Amino acid sequence: MTSSYDVIVIGGGHAGCEAAAAAARTGAKTLLLTHKLETIGSMSCNPAIGGLGKGHLVREIDALDGIMGRAIDCAGIQFRMLNKSKGPAVRGPRSQADRKLYKQAIQDILFNYQNLTISAEPAGDLIFSDDRTQIEGVITEDGIEYRAKAVVLTTGTFLRGVIHRGDERIPAGRVGEKPSVKLAEAIDTLNLPLGRLKTGTPPRLNGKTINWDMLEAQSADETPVPFSFMNDEITVPQIDCHVTYTNAETHKIIEDNLKRSSMYAGHIKGVGPRYCPSIEDKVVRFADKERHQVFLEPEGLDDDTVYPNGISNSLPVDVQEAFLKTIPGLENAEILVPAYAIEYDYIDPRALKTTLETKVLKGFYLAGQINGTTGYEEAAAQGLLAGVNAALQAQASDTLFTLDRSQAYIGVMVDDLTTRGTAEPYRMFTSRAEYRLLLRSDNADQRLTPIGIEIGCVGGERAKHFREKLELLDVARSQATQEGYTPNELRAKGIHVNEDGIRRTVSDLLRYPNISFEQLALIWPFMNDWRKDIAEQIEIDALYSGYISRQQADIKSFKKDENLKLPADLDYRAVGSLSNEIVEKLERAKPETLGAASRIQGVTPPALLSLLRFVKSNQETKKAS
Amino acid sequence: MTQSDTIYAPATLIGPAGLSVFRVSGAKAFDVLMLMTSLEKEEIVSHKARLQTLNHPSAQKKIDQALVLPFKAPNSFTGEDVVEFHLHGGNAVAQAFVDAVKSINGVRLAEPGEFTKRAFENGKIDLTQAEAVADLIHASTEAQRMIALDQLEGGLATLYKEWSLNLKNILAYIEADIDFSDEDVPDALSSVMRPKIAELITKIDNHLDDNNKGERLREGLRVAIIGAPNAGKSSLINKLAKRDVAIVNERAGTTRDVVEVSLNISGFPVILADTAGLRLTDDVIEEEGIKRAKGWAQSADLKIALFDSGQSPDDETISMLDDHTILLSTKTDHSKPHDKIGSYPPIPFCVNNEEDIKALLLQVEKFAKSYFGYDFEENVSRETNSLSMITRQRHRISVEEAKEHLERSLLAPTVDMMAEDIRLSIRALGKITGIVDVEDLLDVIFNDFCIGK
Repeated sequence: MTSSYDVIVIGGGHAGCEAAAAAARTGAKTLLLTHKLETIGSMSCNPAIGGLGKGHLVREIDALDGIMGRAIDCAGIQFRMLNKSKGPAVRGPRSQADRKLYKQAIQDILFNYQNLTISAEPAGDLIFSDDRTQIEGVITEDGIEYRAKAVVLTTGTFLRGVIHRGDERIPAGRVGEKPSVKLAEAIDTLNLPLGRLKTGTPPRLNGKTINWDMLEAQSADETPVPFSFMNDEITVPQIDCHVTYTNAETHKIIEDNLKRSSMYAGHIKGVGPRYCPSIEDKVVRFADKERHQVFLEPEGLDDDTVYPNGISNSLPVDVQEAFLKTIPGLENAEILVPAYAIEYDYIDPRALKTTLETKVLKGFYLAGQINGTTGYEEAAAQGLLAGVNAALQAQASDTLFTLDRSQAYIGVMVDDLTTRGTAEPYRMFTSRAEYRLLLRSDNADQRLTPIGIEIGCVGGERAKHFREKLELLDVARSQATQEGYTPNELRAKGIHVNEDGIRRTVSDLLRYPNISFEQLALIWPFMNDWRKDIAEQIEIDALYSGYISRQQADIKSFKKDENLKLPADLDYRAVGSLSNEIVEKLERAKPETLGAASRIQGVTPPALLSLLRFVKSNQETKKAS
Repeated sequence: MTQSDTIYAPATLIGPAGLSVFRVSGAKAFDVLMLMTSLEKEEIVSHKARLQTLNHPSAQKKIDQALVLPFKAPNSFTGEDVVEFHLHGGNAVAQAFVDAVKSINGVRLAEPGEFTKRAFENGKIDLTQAEAVADLIHASTEAQRMIALDQLEGGLATLYKEWSLNLKNILAYIEADIDFSDEDVPDALSSVMRPKIAELITKIDNHLDDNNKGERLREGLRVAIIGAPNAGKSSLINKLAKRDVAIVNERAGTTRDVVEVSLNISGFPVILADTAGLRLTDDVIEEEGIKRAKGWAQSADLKIALFDSGQSPDDETISMLDDHTILLSTKTDHSKPHDKIGSYPPIPFCVNNEEDIKALLLQVEKFAKSYFGYDFEENVSRETNSLSMITRQRHRISVEEAKEHLERSLLAPTVDMMAEDIRLSIRALGKITGIVDVEDLLDVIFNDFCIGK
């Protein structure tokens, strides 16, 4: 039996869900293949969405009408805006999630999604065109063939995934899931470059066995700020998280048993993330630190499972039990699932185009952890991008959906991955974005929704909502910059500024730290009519003026190099004046633009000049002939 | 400065190397070739290289044996007549070549990117290509950095690298405060960095406040010889340069322009300028010469004022005297020296007396030592501190820019803007020392803080 789709998405994790929804939204008849319907949207690691850099990604996904923001708004049980005082550009929305509610929210959205079919059939094999240059479909483990013009693979850690705990080694994707051997073999035939990574997870604890009373509590924000631009309030009840600390005794137990840790016993070859070290790593590398934080994150409102964030490890169960007993509050904690480390192959993302399509196989897209990233948000953002592109391609559109470093964190991530690859599980940080002051979480909609509308991945409801907001914003912006008052006139109204004779507008005055919005609203009553989110935008515009124009000038010059396309079939050896080392680097990444080439480490400006000259003269020769 | 000028520029780095290539482009490019070689017009064949002996066009001085490669318009990079001169490497040859080329009327040094600009204007490349080339040249690039670093004195490179490293650490801590605020990093990391930023600003200030000593050290101390016509200026400069550089003529007003001579006085580079005689004149050309002479003299670090002992001191020259002037009463072999000129006592001086020349050189040396605060002959080894001065205007601009961003960072209302200012400061300094990548910052952060809850 054969049936046919525009796009097939393999995998029902965060990348897969977002990819399937995005493809369907963009008008493609889409099939999502996954092991089990009930695990769709489940959080395999820590029960939280957002954070620094990651919160930006969620907002961008939402701006493109993705599902993650709306789902967490229905499932967040401890909303916190991180970095509130450090400037709007680096604010990071974050929330603890109730696992069950989150999964439910995702499933509620997806199971009723237009154009989307979801099937609990594990993918077993891929179908290629005869010349093996194009993907043509998927065969399930049961041998059913599904034809498609584009396939998005989002299978996370399934490529040679091995779980490590002490001496134990269990081949697996995640605990309780079996790896698809045949699919892995099909992917191997493509000869994509591989690397090996590892990541860890802490033990899950029974909340009923934790002594909460003695622990430091951390509350949610008083007024939770939703992730989605479509929501203006959060109705889920908010709870506290608790913090405890390791101590000298904990560290001694870990040190004494280092040899029994999978990692320190040398069983693990993969590279782990530096920003998420195991407790063994922390104890060894920061030996002089007296204690390490452990956040006790509840997994749900009616779930007693607790995720002790900060003590991931690959120690045998008896050592895990022993060191937990030394931590205040956890003396009697019962382990529900012991900690483990997982090691897996990832595909070097330099094998991908900026659409996340593989360079070797037309119509075959990769998204998520398989590309060397970590985190739900990073995965989901890639899923969205790949899903939209797969849909465009399947519908024979010539349009590509790409974002560059000046447009979105998604663009920064994809550019980093496709030009530089990654040596450790890649995570988003705000410091990766050079245009950080422009790429804010508060203006993700203004940056991306218009692009999404044009490309066709933003639905009517959101488009309408956005246009309404934009109208209000335009009015407020022109009000805020219309003719102001002179210092004399302002003094008469109780506002004191430099007596320089210069007229100042609302926007000018909002910049002064000692002048409040309320003070100005007394003088300019129209400010009282601004909607809350609109007023906030006007304040942020004012705060950053000057900085923003400088960044915009930077972007202009950045775009020039970005607009110089390099042909995909460029023979770097024929350029002549490039060193072998540079040729190898360029061949691995095959940068799409001169700008991308410039960001590959070790590619020098003289090399770029040679490259440019070569490409230009080739184009001229082609034109002439 | 017009498009019709013929321009020249080194196409390779100048320095000890096998070859150094110069390009000359413009209507006079082939004239330059003919003036410097024995080639005749009909012997110039486009795209054909020839080995030629290069001569100074007027000074009868041999420069080098060079390969010359003409390109006839429009079949050249710029679309104009172009000649490439492939000289032997090394500063001396390059300098001699430059001296020769620039002595030809209508030929000047190219502006940065001017070859590319001409190529674009002549339709040889399109705008994006021209812009890309320009961007790459200007983009605070590795190439620029390498050139700059290559040219830097060791001490200066060390100093800038130290600042850059310092800033990298400061920014890394601020970024840790931003990106890992929910982790176990110390509180208020950004505020802790403020005194460090202020300290660096002070260091940069001290470095910048050096009377352009570095530039002088590289280019030479500017010494102007002033005086009325026939006071003996050209004779003096010829004596000092031990060669005929200025046209010495008994008729007043012969030296119509500023003639510069580079000297080495006790290890100090000195540019000596013979200026047109200072006098009132109706001659337009001479007036222009006098104007230039005055301009040069006013911007000079030291003046040597000459007064003919047989003439009464002229007001024009007296009006230019100040504390940085050595006064000479010249031609003492003919007349009795002046006792006093204005309120200053002049040194009796005869250009043909070796002792007088030595005494004058000693005065110049004394001035140079106090100007640089350094004695080359006694302190051969170059200490970082005493010699960390800015030797190039381009470096000065970058350092000043870096400082401005740092100053603004201390006023930034929020941490994200503070970080932006420091990033810009690093980028400005990076034009000299190299780019700091986000990975470099993350390395510092992960090394110094235990991140990961």
